[in-house]
Amino acid sequence: MPAVSKGDGMRGLAVFISDIRNCKSKEAEIKRINKELANIRSKFKGDKALDGYSKKKYVCKLLFIFLLGHDIDFGHMEAVNLLSSNKYTEKQIGYLFISVLVNSNSELIRLINNAIKNDLASRNPTFMCLALHCIANVGSREMGEAFAADIPRILVAGDSMDSVKQSAALCLLRLYKASPDLVPMGEWTARVVHLLNDQHMGVVTAAVSLITCLCKKNPDDFKTCISLAVSRLSRIVSSASTDLQDYTYYFVPAPWLSVKLLRLLQCYPPPEDAAVKGRLVECLETVLNKAQEPPKSKKVQHSNAKNAILFETISLIIHYDSEPNLLVRACNQLGQFLQHRETNLRYLALESMCTLASSEFSHEAVKTHIDTVINALKTERDVSVRQRAADLLYAMCDRSNAKQIVSEMLRYLETADYAIREEIVLKVAILAEKYAVDYSWYVDTILNLIRIAGDYVSEEVWYRVLQIVTNRDDVQGYAAKTVFEALQAPACHENMVKVGGYILGEFGNLIAGDPRSSPPVQFSLLHSKFHLCSVATRALLLSTYIKFINLFPETKATIQGVLRAGSQLRNADVELQQRAVEYLTLSSVASTDVLATVLEEMPPFPERESSILAKLKRKKGPGAASALDDGRRDPSSNDINGGVEPTPSTVSTPSPSADLLGLRAAPPPAAPPASAGAGNLLVDVFDGPAAQPSLGPTPEEAFLSESWERWGRGMRTGAHPGHPVPLPLPPRFVCKNNGVLFENQLLQIGVKSEFRQNLGRMYLFYGNKTSVQFQNFSPTVVHPGDLQTHILSGLGQPPTKRVAAQVDGGAQVQQVLNIECLRDFLTPPLLSVRFRYGGAPQALTLKLPVTINKFFQPTEMAAQDFFQRWKQLSLPQQEAQKIFKANHPMDAEVTKAKLLGFGSALLDNVDPNPENFVGAGIIQTKALQVGCLLRLEPNAQAQMYRLTLRTSKESVSRHLCELLAQQF
Amino acid sequence: MSLHGIRFILIQNRAGKTRLAKWYMQFDDDEKQKLIEEVHAVVTVRDAKHTNFVEFRNFKIIYRRYAGLYFCICVDVNDNNLAYLEAIHNFVEVLNEYFHNVCELDLVFNFYKVYTVVDEMFLAGEIRETSQTKVLKQLLMLQSLE
Repeated sequence: MPAVSKGDGMRGLAVFISDIRNCKSKEAEIKRINKELANIRSKFKGDKALDGYSKKKYVCKLLFIFLLGHDIDFGHMEAVNLLSSNKYTEKQIGYLFISVLVNSNSELIRLINNAIKNDLASRNPTFMCLALHCIANVGSREMGEAFAADIPRILVAGDSMDSVKQSAALCLLRLYKASPDLVPMGEWTARVVHLLNDQHMGVVTAAVSLITCLCKKNPDDFKTCISLAVSRLSRIVSSASTDLQDYTYYFVPAPWLSVKLLRLLQCYPPPEDAAVKGRLVECLETVLNKAQEPPKSKKVQHSNAKNAILFETISLIIHYDSEPNLLVRACNQLGQFLQHRETNLRYLALESMCTLASSEFSHEAVKTHIDTVINALKTERDVSVRQRAADLLYAMCDRSNAKQIVSEMLRYLETADYAIREEIVLKVAILAEKYAVDYSWYVDTILNLIRIAGDYVSEEVWYRVLQIVTNRDDVQGYAAKTVFEALQAPACHENMVKVGGYILGEFGNLIAGDPRSSPPVQFSLLHSKFHLCSVATRALLLSTYIKFINLFPETKATIQGVLRAGSQLRNADVELQQRAVEYLTLSSVASTDVLATVLEEMPPFPERESSILAKLKRKKGPGAASALDDGRRDPSSNDINGGVEPTPSTVSTPSPSADLLGLRAAPPPAAPPASAGAGNLLVDVFDGPAAQPSLGPTPEEAFLSESWERWGRGMRTGAHPGHPVPLPLPPRFVCKNNGVLFENQLLQIGVKSEFRQNLGRMYLFYGNKTSVQFQNFSPTVVHPGDLQTHILSGLGQPPTKRVAAQVDGGAQVQQVLNIECLRDFLTPPLLSVRFRYGGAPQALTLKLPVTINKFFQPTEMAAQDFFQRWKQLSLPQQEAQKIFKANHPMDAEVTKAKLLGFGSALLDNVDPNPENFVGAGIIQTKALQVGCLLRLEPNAQAQMYRLTLRTSKESVSRHLCELLAQQF
Repeated sequence: MSLHGIRFILIQNRAGKTRLAKWYMQFDDDEKQKLIEEVHAVVTVRDAKHTNFVEFRNFKIIYRRYAGLYFCICVDVNDNNLAYLEAIHNFVEVLNEYFHNVCELDLVFNFYKVYTVVDEMFLAGEIRETSQTKVLKQLLMLQSLE
């Protein structure tokens, strides 16, 4: 057998590699590389013509340098020259250099087409393969245009060598994946399918991949492949372990080809021809039988190869979902693996069983393994195995075992890994809702969830319990009693306080008869938590209090006292202050009748798909949708929400965020994306996009103010049409012009922008993070409300440059926006992006990083001038001031950088206190210029800042002050 | 089902040095570097009791460790784990035969030959040839060419 000595053939290369390996430091390595680069450059430029060997050696050195991570900016022509050599080793290095570097230099492709053409026509199989591998490795559209027509001919030509056919098949596959339109099959189809009959197993191995890919687009054209694949598979499966010689791997005949054939069959429904079907079923049974036979070898390679076929067989059986006998046998086989000593097999068995659980034929058989699976959840060492166990428990859950599974999951949650807690919480919440026989069990389960894993209980979950309690009057009393008890724990999670606040505010009257939970007791219990809670929760509790005034007039005096306290009425938080003021006034001036109307109990929520289910699907991504489908079996189960069972077609939408808000009834113009956090819940729970874009409150506060406004003030009009809630602008973009604006599982949006005077140009980069093409991709810029008159994105002149309607998997497209600032403005323009991913519409809206400070022109001035202007801007409305706590470490250098990024000039030696920062600049708009002066006074001891802005325009002062204050 | 097959093949040593990177999808250079680092971070923390599969972004990595080297193949989540796990081993056995008891240094000094071995066995993200005899015969023939 061949054995290769180190770097044989090219001594200079081996010496160079040794030198690099001996370098003691990065600097030494760079020095050695630069020396080599200089040497190679001089050789290439020298008068003496290099022979093929030297050229090959130097190109190979360059390649090595490139692979070490250094840029290579020459040598391409020499590599191209090597292609025309008729020596294999020289040609090979030339092709390799091009295949590896082509990403960074697509100009190369045009130069090599000719050489490739010659090699393809050379009738030398070695050269033909080199050329085909190069096309397959590069796979660009240009190559497709040049060669797509030639390759099918090579593939089916009678005189092509086997190795050439193998390469041609996969080369064609690559070109088809890159640009399907360039590969016209038609006349070749039948001959390609017949490659499945080829004598050479390697040709078949390559051809199956090609056919599997092609038949997905045109299943009917390739239909004849079914019977050929079945007979090929049958011959392999029934052959003795030594029949296939070269293609037997550890006593398993042709494992990879078998797997590929089984995958090809999964592109089609069960064969219609009875004889073919009979033969196939026989194959499947043989595979299942063989699994029971004693192993022919103790080597793991043997069992892996055998089980690779077995698992693919089971996938096909599940795909057909029509042979109860086979499904149950598959399940029993997997059941054995659940306790196998190989972790890999336990993992794969759990994963595969998950899909079996969704078949009506095997669901019961899967359920018999419940104890083993629960045990796996408790004892497996590898978290990914535990995760599969949790998935399987979820999939096998039905009415009969829901209580057991939910209680096991809850128990597991106490010690579960952080990585999977949130998912377990979602699963428990869904199962509890779906299989609740009595609502008290449901309420108990959710409250337990909050108690055990409060931090992981997302808002979807606790909103959902509120929706259900609100909609079911038979559980309201129980819910009130249970939350009341739960709140008595000395330390309870803030989510519990939120749920408690809402439920008692609505239904506290149902337990008020019991002296142990009389109105004053309820109030003081809630109020004892008040001071430890976040602003959002406190805002919620204030709404509970005003509801109490209506429910329990006897608490009015106490509650008014709380509202009137300075800590509320003069609270630094605007939302809290406003609520306190308004609720106090409402309770003082409104008559009992008015109060009762305004603060009436909330109406039932509209029925729809559980928002939690949508969230779980979103988390799992497209691949795992089937395991989570629950529409198929158990059609009798009632959603305890009393709603309509989601139809399978909507449940199984293969998209992580399809209909993520469950807003099928009235789709908003655009739904916020998955990561919108609290922002999307506003829409979800309260049935309609409501919030106007505003810079003020955080999304969470926005949610609370809008929705609780509706709740607290009894506004029953529901949604008012408006803009979808845009994602807030990350504050760092106020001082930065470049960065990643948005990112989720599917899409990344990057931004790069520059501004001069009152003009700006913004480049938006949309990256498709998936492998699937986005269709109907359309990003548009909108100006909500009155903004349109203030900012124009290049209206008239070159409009926003169009973006391609399709974005290929892994590709990035660019959009250019021209921006002109006509007048000062407050609200940034909105970017709305819509596209289809895997058939499901996606939409998101976010704020573009265009804020008024982007049009800042820094102005240098001396201390004397500064103070003179400062005095000129002394009207109270010209000044805006904020005193705020530092959110970041107080570092003078960072602060300087931020102020410069903000756009103003920094003036030294102006402020008598050297700790302070002083800046000046002019906001440039088309209509007017606004002079701005600013002063920032850090107080390191108190960890506070005082920020003062003076400008000639009141709104600009306030707005700049707000924007800048977020930065520290 | 997947239209894409293998996304990339990586051979890395324990320190994270790349010994082979073969890409079957377009990535820009920064992205490649990021993937290399992420794969290393994900794979090296796992011990022998763990599975040979790791979820990775929207894909999964099938990997196997041989002495100080990790052989990693990135495929779609619904691809056949064991088939790729053994494809790795098949590849390693070919390397072992070809380089006569392969070690990490062979892959360093003969990096340009390793690419040839890969292309014989995997092409366009698919398994091209699985017979060790056939692959080695072909490699021997190429070796004899000038």
